[in-house]
Amino acid sequence: MKTLFKQREALLSILIVVMTLAVATITADFISLANLVIVYNDTAILIILALGQMLVIITRCIDLSVAANLAFTAMVVSMLNSQFPEIPVVFLLIIGALLGMCLGMINGLLVWKLGIPAIVVTLGTMSIYRGAVFLLSDGKWVNAHEMSESFIDIPRYVLLGLPLMAWLSILMIAVMYYFSRYQRTGREIFAAGNSPVAAFYCGMDVGKLQFKAFTISGLLAGLCGYLWASRYAVAYVDVAAGFELQVIAACVIGGISIMGGVGTVLGCVLGALFLGVINNALPVIGISPFWQMAISGAVIVIAVVVNTRAEQGHTRIILKKATLKAA
Amino acid sequence: MDNSRTIPNTAQDPDNTLNNSTGSAVSKLPSTSIKQRLMSWEFFLLLITAAVCVANSFASPYFLDPWNLSDATFNFVEKAIVALPLALLIICREIDLSVASIIALASVAMGYAAQWGADNTTLLIIGISVGICCGLFNGLLVTHFAIPSIVITIGTMSLFRGLSYILLGDQVLKDYPAGFDYFGQGYVYWVFSVEFTLFLALAVVFYLLLHHTNFGRRTYAIGKNPTGAFYSGINVKRHRLLLFILVGAFAGLAAVLLTSRLGSTRPTIALGWELSIITMVVLGGVNIMGGSGSIHGVFIAVFLMGFVTFGLGLLNVPGIVMSIIVGAMLIAVIACPVLLARYLQRPR
Repeated sequence: MKTLFKQREALLSILIVVMTLAVATITADFISLANLVIVYNDTAILIILALGQMLVIITRCIDLSVAANLAFTAMVVSMLNSQFPEIPVVFLLIIGALLGMCLGMINGLLVWKLGIPAIVVTLGTMSIYRGAVFLLSDGKWVNAHEMSESFIDIPRYVLLGLPLMAWLSILMIAVMYYFSRYQRTGREIFAAGNSPVAAFYCGMDVGKLQFKAFTISGLLAGLCGYLWASRYAVAYVDVAAGFELQVIAACVIGGISIMGGVGTVLGCVLGALFLGVINNALPVIGISPFWQMAISGAVIVIAVVVNTRAEQGHTRIILKKATLKAA
Repeated sequence: MDNSRTIPNTAQDPDNTLNNSTGSAVSKLPSTSIKQRLMSWEFFLLLITAAVCVANSFASPYFLDPWNLSDATFNFVEKAIVALPLALLIICREIDLSVASIIALASVAMGYAAQWGADNTTLLIIGISVGICCGLFNGLLVTHFAIPSIVITIGTMSLFRGLSYILLGDQVLKDYPAGFDYFGQGYVYWVFSVEFTLFLALAVVFYLLLHHTNFGRRTYAIGKNPTGAFYSGINVKRHRLLLFILVGAFAGLAAVLLTSRLGSTRPTIALGWELSIITMVVLGGVNIMGGSGSIHGVFIAVFLMGFVTFGLGLLNVPGIVMSIIVGAMLIAVIACPVLLARYLQRPR
């Protein structure tokens, strides 16, 4: 099993490198260090969101409300900043993360306490949160000139060649790697997704673990709310509309099984980078941005088909082994 | 967790008879007592719908005017037409999130065909065929590769919508031939529009299909227990594939009606409709985990949704706020029976 996923991640890395080089044959500047930093920085938000989504998918749920959550926190943070520019940005970041966490907890509670399928809950909260942005802002925009300088500048501050936003995403990758590999809750989340029944008999509260996964996903979405508002220097109702599909696509491409229990942080990050490179390469090689949506859709479908075939083979082997042992 | 979608403490779900009926698919449903009927989800829906109608007629004196009611039907009938086959698909433990995108793609195809001089019948055929192709694509991926339909249709949702963007970009197609507006704007008799009459007829067809044919019993059987259904000799894959095609075809039909009503096509046509269509189905008492639900429930839920949004429109509530209410309704409707069951079953 380990070698299989090692292979997948190696394959994905090779694909990303090949794609980057292929684009570089058209525009040599694409592989300049400066441009690669831009591409990574552009993918940072997608990476952070995909990390949260990964945990949710591993527990056999799905969070369709991340983009709406992001839009809501982006609006709250931007409005706070335009009304009270004296609030330090660090506080805004914390407020955004906490607010996002609360929204994630609402999803989690509905899934945990009422046992409603996650897809239904998040389909509902997706439109509720998105509508809430409208109620909050009355349809108005918060534009760049209404935001304080530090609000816009801090994620752009370059430290050791990388903007702070990129550093933040690297920090999140490290934290999530540690959490999912070495933390008890992280391991339990995998166990609950792999086999909820077995996890239950081992004394885990599967619903509570799903709740925790939703909470983390919400927290990261809230964090990205600030990052998005700051990066694009604007907040409005339709911020990141449809972005949840990109996030799920990143996870699926990264080999996170939609059936739960399987996935790695590395795969998730590579999946996001894969989409990030495509999104950045399209304008460079002169393909209209209208293609972007269809390409990410096709990539999701292809990735799922490839993943499922790999998993089916893998299940069969386990069954054979099990029968051999039993005999 | 209790997944049954009837009000708790009722003895049985009218569709739960599958366990009793052995083998022979079309078995007579045991007659349910009046009390059980009164406690059913459908009756509960009917009460709420009536309450909404009363509230609406207080909100506006014009609400009960037949022409006004007829106008009200226009903003939900196209969705309702997709909700009928989607109910069957969800009962069968599958889901299709790509319906709105299929509508967009079918509409774009019709728009181009109209530009190249296709007549009305051809347009109708093109719309439905594109829908069938999309449904076939979804269905083949789901059944052949055994992938959860939710993932596949999330993918095809952006694939189909993306294709419409590629084909149309930021353009608009509106060169529809004369008479094409009949599908979406014409009237059959008095206040009965073509769309609405079609919906009524289709609702009857689907009622008979789900509740009085082998096909319908198989749908329930697969939804209750796919493995059991497979070992009972039902071709589960073919059945699901057929349902995906059916949903695609009706999404295509809805595209014809919607395009005809609006008289123009943009890639953003029917954006976000999957949410309200699924809400209609779930509101109608169809279990999202499959295995139970009824067409008459969906039929009532369609009117409930339609009248609620229409009533909010009378109160000048903007569309995006309505989406909050639709979203909240979706969650509340599923949460209520669970909460009520818990309340009634708590130790005293």
